[in-house]
Amino acid sequence: MLLGRTANGLYWMNRYIERAENMARLVDAGLRMALTRTQNASEEWNSVLLSAGSDVAFTQKYSDYTAANVADFLLRDTSNPSSTMASIETARNNARMVRTALTRETWESINEAWMSLKRMLARPIDERDLPSVLDAIKRETALIRGSFYGTMLRNEIFDFSQLGTYVERADNTARILDVKYYVLLPSISWVGSTLDNYQWESILRSVSAHRSYRWVYEADYKPTNIADYLILNVRMPRSLTFCYRFLTEHLRFLGDDYGERHACHATAGKTQAMLTAGSIKEIFDAGLHEFLANFIRDNTRLGDEIAQDYRFY
Amino acid sequence: MRLAAFDEMLPEVSGLRSPYSAYDRWLKEQDPARLTEKMQDAERVFRKTGITFAVYGEQEASERLIPFDIVPRIISGNEWRRLTQGIEQRVQALNAFLDDIYHRQEILRAGRVPKELIARNEAFLPEMIGMRPPAGVYTHIIGVDIVRISENEFYVLEDNARTPSGVSYMLENRETMMQLFPELFQQIKVRPVENYPQLLRQSLAAVRPQSTKGAPTIAVLTPGSFNSAYFEHAFLADQMGVQLVEGQDLRVVDGHVAMRTTEGYKQIDVLYRRVDDSFLDPLSFRPDSALGVPGIMDVYRAGNITIANAPGTGIADDKAIYSYMPEIVEFYTGRKAILGNIPTWRCSEPDSLKYVLEHIRELVVKEVHGSGGYGMLVGPAATKKECEDFSKKLHAKPWNYIAQPTLALSTCPILTDKGLAPRHVDLRPYVLVSDRIQIVPGGLTRVALKEGSLVVNSSQGGGTKDTWVLDD
Repeated sequence: MLLGRTANGLYWMNRYIERAENMARLVDAGLRMALTRTQNASEEWNSVLLSAGSDVAFTQKYSDYTAANVADFLLRDTSNPSSTMASIETARNNARMVRTALTRETWESINEAWMSLKRMLARPIDERDLPSVLDAIKRETALIRGSFYGTMLRNEIFDFSQLGTYVERADNTARILDVKYYVLLPSISWVGSTLDNYQWESILRSVSAHRSYRWVYEADYKPTNIADYLILNVRMPRSLTFCYRFLTEHLRFLGDDYGERHACHATAGKTQAMLTAGSIKEIFDAGLHEFLANFIRDNTRLGDEIAQDYRFY
Repeated sequence: MRLAAFDEMLPEVSGLRSPYSAYDRWLKEQDPARLTEKMQDAERVFRKTGITFAVYGEQEASERLIPFDIVPRIISGNEWRRLTQGIEQRVQALNAFLDDIYHRQEILRAGRVPKELIARNEAFLPEMIGMRPPAGVYTHIIGVDIVRISENEFYVLEDNARTPSGVSYMLENRETMMQLFPELFQQIKVRPVENYPQLLRQSLAAVRPQSTKGAPTIAVLTPGSFNSAYFEHAFLADQMGVQLVEGQDLRVVDGHVAMRTTEGYKQIDVLYRRVDDSFLDPLSFRPDSALGVPGIMDVYRAGNITIANAPGTGIADDKAIYSYMPEIVEFYTGRKAILGNIPTWRCSEPDSLKYVLEHIRELVVKEVHGSGGYGMLVGPAATKKECEDFSKKLHAKPWNYIAQPTLALSTCPILTDKGLAPRHVDLRPYVLVSDRIQIVPGGLTRVALKEGSLVVNSSQGGGTKDTWVLDD
């Protein structure tokens, strides 16, 4: 038996842990782009902020898209509710609330991540330290994930946690693609210019897939392959299909445990069916941007339905 | 001002006391540098596991550790037996008093306790009149604060009969000591405290409503994760294997209190609440409370839920009632109180008020409803101005205050940079009441870390120690 409020806490705890890490990855990709393409750095930082869903809030506070401003806003500014620091803080508050549902190892890894990031992000980040700060964020979230997977019982608590992780991750990957969808369109060019290659690599880098891509496809970046990889590849841990494979699986476990199916089961099943049946060509033919916009909308709806069906509030 | 205090390990007159002899032998073999290291280990353990408490009104340090000292406070088997007899008697009297005060009020009729003290007391809940809780128990979990003055003098400082806290520290302190010094526990037979959560669970299950079918569903009610004692609420729920609920999770469904789960509403039979009376039911008490459950008092009156501790138990541990405890114990148990009270002046009585005002520099003056060391004056430690200001408060609201002599609380050594040094301590053993009374051998020893200080409250810079009851 699980309290609805506890399920809610587990779900959001994991969404925020995922988000904390995604912010670091976005800044990492942006940093790489800005270093390699000095003349148009501010445009790159703009797309990083768009992918993070934080562009509007950023421009209310800053006029310049500089590495220092963006990194500060996305990593340590607690007035930005999606920043790494704010996310870890929210994740920890949720963990505190659901503490009785977590193993000691899981709670301690979250608490320690919070303590060490709070210390590290107490002052503005020196640009020279930025790479090591980004590494530390990824390491802390990896430790949380490790102790979580290594110690948690595979029951409803685990299921609700995973739902949070994969709803957030699917949203993140879809947004990254949507911000850059135009550089993936075939009409631009089939043989990429140097510029395109940077753009493509940046997309892969922001989901930590620039190396694994080469293990799956040929060495050259091709927009259709990149889109295929991030949308349809079943084995790529941040692809939309991968996320939905696990979302439907955990929803099925919950449905079996409780002996009841809800609206969220139908929604997740529909998206899952669309992803497994579709080919990347069909997606491009129907319009990549439309596809992604629909996906983000349906994914958000799934989150709302989970909350309602399992009495989060 | 320095008081000549009785040291529980090394009294000046008689030398090392026997409960400490085995520990002392061990201590002499230790390298001081290693002990300092162990002290730092302990702090890391506490911070990592998130054993913190919130201090009200301190923005910056909103999460602080209660300092832990690695020198145990040791009580012999004999001393403990005497203490438990006194505590049992007192706890019996507290429950009998509560039953009486909400029914026939014999003690008022007999003139042993003045009627006005009850009538205009906020802790007295008219909603409880004529109401008998399941199994007839009012106060299920009690933390009796005890101080020691000399080899044979123990006094009760306070009866915490509402929602005593700190038991998680008793358990974590022992856990930490066993991690830091496993060899000590092999050499010295210390009675275990670890089964407290199981005892608590059994005790709560034993006082379930009569109508409960099968095993009762128990839950711990917390005001939420921002409450200063949240760590303890979560800890106890976890250790007992029961749900930790908030008011927002609960609702009255078909005459029962039920919690919202992912599969719908599930009935609760026993609620160990860590929420104050006034927040418990917005329909009966504070209408603005979001921490409680609307209608829970109706369910309670219908006998469909056990609330532990019962609403209205505060009337028994009120500081004004406290001064009548010797009479109360004798009235209900027919025997003299084994554990004495500290002499107390009730400022509501003109003669006492006069005495208190004249001797304010020697006394500790407390608010009748205060707790946590807030709103009190320690005469000998206060400035002239502070005493004058407090005298004005006494004139204005005499009934709001009691006064007690400044006692030389016993001391125990703590480990400092310069080796062992004596500090004042008190003791809070935990008592569970169901169809029987159980007292866990140990408790929470609070220690004033500042040299000479008598205030042991954690909110005022106090620390804690592991408390050993020897199996001798």
